[in-house]
Amino acid sequence: MTGDWDLAEECAQDAFAQALKSWPRDGVPRRPGAWLTTVARNRATDRLRRGAAETAKLKEAAVLSPAEDPVTGDGGRDDSGIPDDRLRLMFTCCHPALPLEARVALTLRTLAGLTTAEIARAFLIPEPTMAKRLARAKHKIRDAGIPYRVPPAHLLPERTAGVLAVLYLLFNEGYAATAGSDIIRQGLCAEAIRLARVLARLMSDEPEALGLLALMLFHDSRRAGRTDDAGDLVTLEDQDRAGWDRRQIGEGTGLLEAALRRGRPGAYQLQAAIAACHATAPDAAATNWARIARLYRQLAELAPSPVVELNRAVAVAMADGPAAGLELLEALEASGALAGYHLLPATRADLLRRLGRPGEAAASYRQAVRLAPTDAERRYLHRRLAETGHA
Amino acid sequence: MKYMLIHCVDESAELSPDDDGREHGSAERSLAAWIEEMEGRGVLVHGDRLQPVAAAMTVRVRGSEVLIADGPFAETKEQVAGYDVIECADLDEAIEVASGHPTARIGTVEVRPLWQP
Repeated sequence: MTGDWDLAEECAQDAFAQALKSWPRDGVPRRPGAWLTTVARNRATDRLRRGAAETAKLKEAAVLSPAEDPVTGDGGRDDSGIPDDRLRLMFTCCHPALPLEARVALTLRTLAGLTTAEIARAFLIPEPTMAKRLARAKHKIRDAGIPYRVPPAHLLPERTAGVLAVLYLLFNEGYAATAGSDIIRQGLCAEAIRLARVLARLMSDEPEALGLLALMLFHDSRRAGRTDDAGDLVTLEDQDRAGWDRRQIGEGTGLLEAALRRGRPGAYQLQAAIAACHATAPDAAATNWARIARLYRQLAELAPSPVVELNRAVAVAMADGPAAGLELLEALEASGALAGYHLLPATRADLLRRLGRPGEAAASYRQAVRLAPTDAERRYLHRRLAETGHA
Repeated sequence: MKYMLIHCVDESAELSPDDDGREHGSAERSLAAWIEEMEGRGVLVHGDRLQPVAAAMTVRVRGSEVLIADGPFAETKEQVAGYDVIECADLDEAIEVASGHPTARIGTVEVRPLWQP
C-alpha cells in the first residue's frame, strides 16, 4: 500500500535509531586509497541456478577455510524486537524507477540515519542540491505509487540485485575517498558494510547478499596498508600484509563459505572468492594467480564486462607471463570498450615493462597519467614512468 | 492509481519483420492478446493507436499568433505510436502491465502517473 512515505519513514527511523544506539560504532576509518583493479558494477545480474558441479568448481577455485557461524554481524545481537521495516525500506529506496543517485542518497538517509548535510558532504555536492534530490525521490515514491514492501517472489531476484548494487556503489564511493577527504566520506565504507550486514542477516538465504558482505570485508581489511605516510598508493604486491585486518578476513571467509554452500554462484560471490585469494595469501608471491584467472573467467561468463576482461588479463599475465596477458589486453583495446579508462594504458605499461620494453612502457605510462583521475594515481604512475628511464 | 502508457516506437522498425523472422501480423496478434488480458483484469481504462507521424502537426500560440508546423513535437528516432490509460494497485503492477505490451519489446513504453489534485 503506497501511502504517506514520511510516516513510514518516521516509524522505521525510530526503530532503527534504537538499533543504531546499541550497535558498536567502528573506530575512525583509516586512510583509504588504492591501486587495485577491482570490478565495480552497478547493474543487476541474472541469478543463475547451477548444479552441484558448479559449486564444486567454485569451491575448488576459492580459498576456503573451515567455517564458523557465517553471519557474525553485530555481536550476535537478537534483533527480533526490531520490525523488519528495514527490509521494506531498503527495497523501496532502491526501486529501479528512482534515479540511481537518489537510491543511494535515500538509502543513506532512511537506513543509515545520516543527515542531509552529511550525505551532501559524503558525495561532495551542495546541501540544497542533496535536499532537493531527496525530496524529489520521496515525492516520486508517493506520486508514482512505488509500493512500500519487500517485492513478491517473482521480482525478488532482480530487485535484490538492485539493492546489492546500491550498497556496493556506496562502498566504492567510500573506498575511493582520498586521505584528505571529509571523515564522513571515508566513513561510507563502514556504512555500506553495516547495511550489507543488515541485509545479509535479513536475507540469509540469499547467497549474493552474503557474497557482497564478504567482498566488502576483504576490501576493507586492506585499509591500513593501501596508502603510505605520504598518502601515496601502495600496490597489492608491496603492501605490508601484517597490517591487514585478520578479523575481517576471517569473517569474510566464513561468509563466503556459507554463501557457496547455497549452491547458487553469482557475481559478488565470485568477486569475493577472488578477493579471498589475495586476502589469504601470506605474501604476494604466494598468490594463486591461476585460480584468480579461472575465477575471472567464470565471472566473465556470468557478468561479461570489459573491466572484468581487463582484470582477467592482469591475472593471466601473473599466472602465465606478461606476454599472455598482453595478448588479451590487445584484444580488449581493439574492441575500444575501455577508451579513456586510465587502467588500460597503465596495465599495458606494466606488462611492457615486465617484458623488458621500457620505451613502449614509458609511452603507455604517459597516456595513463593523462587519463588518471586522482593525484595519488598520477603520482604513482609518474614514479613508474621515471623508473623506465625513458621519462 | 491511474497511469498513462505512452508507446514510443521507431516507425520504420514496426513495418519490418521481427528479429527471428516472424511477420508483422504477429505484433498485431500480441496487441490483441494484451488488450484482451488487460480488459479481463480490469486494468485497461481506455487506449488507442495513433496514425503515423506523417499525419501529425504542432500548434503553438505565441501572443496573438497561432503557429502551425508540420510534424511531431520532437524529432526523435522513436515516436509516440499510441497510448493506454491503466488503473493499477501500484507502480510495480503498472510496470508489469507495460512490459507485457508488444511495444515494450520493439520500442519504449513511458509509464507516467496521471495528475492527482
